[in-house]
Amino acid sequence: MSSVAETPEQKHLLSKTTIGFWLYLMTDCLLFATLFATFAVLRGATAGGPDGAEIYEMPVVLAETIILLTSSFTCGMALLGMMAKNTKQVLWSLVATFLLGLAFVVIEVAEFAKLIAEGHGPQASAFLSAFFTLVGTHGLHVSVGLLWLIIIGVLIWKRGLTSKLTRSLTLFALFWHFLDLIWIFVFTVVYLMGVVV
Amino acid sequence: MTVSHYVTGFILSLALTLMAYYVAVYHPTHSLVLLILVVLAITQLAVQLLYFLHLGEEVGPKLKQLSFWFMATSLIIIVVGSVWIMSNLNERMMHFSPQEKTEYMLREYDKGF
Repeated sequence: MSSVAETPEQKHLLSKTTIGFWLYLMTDCLLFATLFATFAVLRGATAGGPDGAEIYEMPVVLAETIILLTSSFTCGMALLGMMAKNTKQVLWSLVATFLLGLAFVVIEVAEFAKLIAEGHGPQASAFLSAFFTLVGTHGLHVSVGLLWLIIIGVLIWKRGLTSKLTRSLTLFALFWHFLDLIWIFVFTVVYLMGVVV
Repeated sequence: MTVSHYVTGFILSLALTLMAYYVAVYHPTHSLVLLILVVLAITQLAVQLLYFLHLGEEVGPKLKQLSFWFMATSLIIIVVGSVWIMSNLNERMMHFSPQEKTEYMLREYDKGF
């Protein structure tokens, strides 16, 4: 991160805000930990309804995972563009990140809508409540991230890479990579282990 | 941070994801499948922490690492503790009928703590 800021004061401010944001990510991680624990406890409580293996569409879930991984990569490209002071690369990478993130959310909402239409909504069993809460909370984070991304993108487009926007983009990249990491565990614990057990 | 840094991280993540998917979807009954999935997920965690979140590149006081390990400890206590306690409870009580369960709870309640 150190090559972004020019003066020692900017450098100091950036490292301070990064630490603060990092602490938020760590507490958010604990929020997800409680949801994962709840899911792990309730995964078998299907109340006579379907279990994971019956309702998951694995190829769709794999597509979601690859889309989110790729968006994490394009987000990294935006960060590299920022360090090279290449506004064009930053903007194009952010557009790619946004479209991939949007595709992820759309696929997830479609998956939820289909489950609810088939009568497998969150009220059907403790397993489905835990499933919708965990996966939905991650989806909500991604949606909020997309909103943040639009704001940063438009501001960079209007004002260029000011030191304030540089800081925002650095924090956004942390947030986005973090969501990708959480998804890896959703993918493994909810979906992959769901078809196995 | 360079492009090759991100490309390496991306390719490793993609490979680990595909490997986990292959194992879980095509060999779901294999006896080692859960262990393999856990190992792949932890490897993926390490890859993303190092290549994307740049943990370990800090200079000066290592506050990021410190808070990360504190979070990881709390996380393990929450998740392992919940699963352990709840499965234990499940084991002990699930062979009761609802009536027996109520009676058992009332008996335990009368004993006090």
